[in-house]
Amino acid sequence: MKTTGKVTGIIANLVTVEVDGPVAQNEICFIDLNGVKMMAEVIKVNGNKASVQVFESTRGLQIGDKVEFQGYMLEATLGPGLLSSNFDGLQNNLATMEGVFLKRGEYTKPLDEDKLWDFTPIAKVGQQVIAADWLGEVKEGWLPHKIMMPFSFNGSYVVKSIAPAGQYKITDTIAVLTNPDGEDVNVTMTQKWPVKVAVGGYVEKPRPFKVMETGVRTIDTLNPIAEGGTGFIPGPFGCGKTVLQHALAEQADADIIIMAACGERANEVVEIFTEFPELKDKHTGRSLMERTIIICNTSNMPVAAREASVYTAMTLGEYYRAMGMKVLLLADSTSRWAQALREMSNRLEELPGQDGFPVDLSAIISNFYARAGYVKLNNGQSGSITFIGTVSPAGGNLKEPVTESTKKAARCFYGLSQNRADKKRYPAVDPVDSYSKYLEYPEIIEYLDSKIEKGWVDKVTKTKYIIRRGKDAYEQINILGDDGVPMSYHEQYWKSELIDFVILQQDAFDDIDGCSPLERQKFMLDLVLGICDRSFKFDNFEQCTTYFKGLINICRQMNYSEYQSEQFNKYLNQLKEELNHE
Amino acid sequence: MSEKAFQRIYTKLTAITKATVTLEAQGVTNDELALVAGRLAQVVKIKDNAVTLQVFGGTEDIPTNAEVTFFGEPPSLNVSDDLAGRFFNAYGEPIDGGPAVEGEKRQIGGPSVNPYKRRQPSQLIPTGIAGIDLNNTLVSGQKIPFFADPDQPYNQVMSMVALRADVDKIILGGMGLTNDDYLFFKNQFESAGALNKIISFVNTTDQPPVERLLIPDMALTAAEYFAVDKNEKVLVLLTDMTLYADALSIVSNRMDQIPSKDSMPGSLYSDLAKIYEKAVQLPDGGSITIIAVTTLNDGDITHAIPDNTGYITEGQLFLRADPDSGKVIVDPFRSLSRLKQLVQNKKTREDHSAVMNTSVRLYADAANAKTKLENGFDLSDYDLRCLDYAKEYATRLLAIDVNIPIEEMLDTAWELFGKYFTKAETGLKEKLIEKYWKA
Repeated sequence: MKTTGKVTGIIANLVTVEVDGPVAQNEICFIDLNGVKMMAEVIKVNGNKASVQVFESTRGLQIGDKVEFQGYMLEATLGPGLLSSNFDGLQNNLATMEGVFLKRGEYTKPLDEDKLWDFTPIAKVGQQVIAADWLGEVKEGWLPHKIMMPFSFNGSYVVKSIAPAGQYKITDTIAVLTNPDGEDVNVTMTQKWPVKVAVGGYVEKPRPFKVMETGVRTIDTLNPIAEGGTGFIPGPFGCGKTVLQHALAEQADADIIIMAACGERANEVVEIFTEFPELKDKHTGRSLMERTIIICNTSNMPVAAREASVYTAMTLGEYYRAMGMKVLLLADSTSRWAQALREMSNRLEELPGQDGFPVDLSAIISNFYARAGYVKLNNGQSGSITFIGTVSPAGGNLKEPVTESTKKAARCFYGLSQNRADKKRYPAVDPVDSYSKYLEYPEIIEYLDSKIEKGWVDKVTKTKYIIRRGKDAYEQINILGDDGVPMSYHEQYWKSELIDFVILQQDAFDDIDGCSPLERQKFMLDLVLGICDRSFKFDNFEQCTTYFKGLINICRQMNYSEYQSEQFNKYLNQLKEELNHE
Repeated sequence: MSEKAFQRIYTKLTAITKATVTLEAQGVTNDELALVAGRLAQVVKIKDNAVTLQVFGGTEDIPTNAEVTFFGEPPSLNVSDDLAGRFFNAYGEPIDGGPAVEGEKRQIGGPSVNPYKRRQPSQLIPTGIAGIDLNNTLVSGQKIPFFADPDQPYNQVMSMVALRADVDKIILGGMGLTNDDYLFFKNQFESAGALNKIISFVNTTDQPPVERLLIPDMALTAAEYFAVDKNEKVLVLLTDMTLYADALSIVSNRMDQIPSKDSMPGSLYSDLAKIYEKAVQLPDGGSITIIAVTTLNDGDITHAIPDNTGYITEGQLFLRADPDSGKVIVDPFRSLSRLKQLVQNKKTREDHSAVMNTSVRLYADAANAKTKLENGFDLSDYDLRCLDYAKEYATRLLAIDVNIPIEEMLDTAWELFGKYFTKAETGLKEKLIEKYWKA
């Protein structure tokens, strides 16, 4: 018997329900508004009163309206067909919804249940299997999509029968397993999992030891992110968070990209699903959309579903990770999610923490970031989720609860600077404040030694030193004046400008400069550091300025040219000439 | 709003604040309208039998035995083609002496467009103002505010942009407009001979502030009628959104909600997003473009209102007085149109984005030179050239009184590059320099 209840209070999307039976924290219920069933989630229970957050507008709701509790938490539906989909925060398929406007209480199935998939068995009859073990495989486009033993099964099961190779729908039984109690259980190609619970199904989570290439120089060269690592991008509005995220989604060396548009602009999502089908994955040549899943809960969609959207995205990521995939999860923006938490906490009249955010904000954020990572699967293979979230600090001030809490949880910090954005120095990632903790990992240093060249990290450290030194010199010049400082200050400043213009700045909208492979990044860094290693003799600071501007101009032309092309080499020779007759 | 038969009438208020009243009532639905002592009010909270209403007209003079009548439905607007050319108050009642509008009754503040059904905005909206067209190109379906101090001529610029834009309907949502500004808009629209494509919803400063909360939804419900039902291109002007947000904070404050930054309600972001996100390019050709005004306190964009706005809108146009040229300019550093790359170089000449970036970068160099000058240092030859360039750039391109086609803006910029700089100093791609450089 399902627990039912009646509405006793309404403030915006927080509804109080008097219940007639047991309810669980985070349990899902449906509120009946003149026949329209609206989904809601229990967020607090007090006596026989449950407070629920409704994932829809509560307009027209009244005291006494009926509520039916479901006995399960908010779940994601997992199975073949997730790729290339556009879901809302509750995993409704936006493409199959009718009408231009979102209708209240309209929920659509995440997966196509009629589609036939080519199934090939992997597990053998009699084999012992545990949760997340691979039973079979279907081709989801290019991707070998593993059909796994459901994550929710506890203990060791025995494969009693498995379907032969052939075409099946996701709801067809593809295996019968015998559970530890000797009962037979049917397994289909789809399973459900509560989004707020981390998916297990792996043996261990080692420290990340590989670098994920993104084609963005200021990340790969200066502060690389590890495969299975975490990072965050805080920045005031207008500093290029979105452009940077899109560049990562387009270029990162991952099998699957999951983008959670959480409380952001709808037009940005439109941009993704207009452009991604046309764009090619630079690593495989396939359409970008084929490796992308969009979870879209834009700022005007119900606030409560915003919170759900990041969890839904993470759960889909964990599902693909368990298949041995390299997943990149991008969430834009985690601040909107935190604000959704604040709105609810506020309506629940909880005692507020800093800036009105709930006191457990920091714990919630750390918990979420902890679900990313590189894992070793039961069968010895590996998979990973690399997570990068953006943060939108109020007033651009990084001393606010969301940024501070995230800083504790994420290992890479890509701080966007208003000052750089004002000067149109994009990407506006601040080279001095930003960091990647992974550069301190011996595993990563070793990896870069073998992947790029021995001693690479020392070069990176040196580059950062030159940038910092240049910044100091610039401040001195500003205080003492061009003539008030020794010539070497100008030289130091301009060397850092050379790095800024040639390495840090990158034109995301340029076909060639937009994506810079590691090999090319190494070439350019060596070139630029080579110039920085020289000492020059200038008669006056204006000569220094003009000279370096000339060098910068040539290097930028190189950045705009096809790597190693005739044009590229023409500029390279021009640069060498310039350096020789200095 | 006429009264209907069988309405529930109550006469016992249990609590009154400056913006809300509370009473015991049954069968009340969330968001529905009511009349409290003849003033319109809306249900904002229900707890058991206690119903809290926000009274749009303010609660001054309301007694505890005031008559409360519930309507059983949320606020609505009658929509039809007859809306065109009319002026309304916050409740959608005519204030121009004309008859009430007949038409389909639609609830305001309706649902959102399915993001998957949207189309990517791609139509340029030329304004003739180079600070906008050259540096911050507008696109139909975009939402963008002017950030301006109260002494800037933002309403003038906005009406100029509206009248130059090629759209089917212009809908004005005026919140806390002074009577003078209201008459200014009316006069502008009349003298442009554009009245028949304009619809206005106006709350002036002499009317109660809480009424303003209805204005954006009224304006956008009308906009959706023309954009969705009639496939028209609609431009919505919202001024001043800061006063709208102030009204939000008044209500939340009276409801004892815990304020977040700058005593604004914690839901400010969502509240503003619900309005701005109505901007849309629809699949059948209709579109809603929103140009708003957010007034600032001494240029402070870190205040919660402009800050939240900036995260929601697709850029912002920042007006400021430029002492060097003596003109009001569209600040190229703080202004941004996020959708500009959808039209630049595609709907405009191939050199557009490169010229834009370079001219702004050189303007930034001029700002550095100015700092040096102010600190009493000698300026280099390059610094001096930058300063001269900046003055001419501000006068000929950034000033809001510029009105030229985009090609001419680009040519002017090339002319300035050639006049003050060497080719290498501009850092432009050689391909473009070969084609456009003016010695």
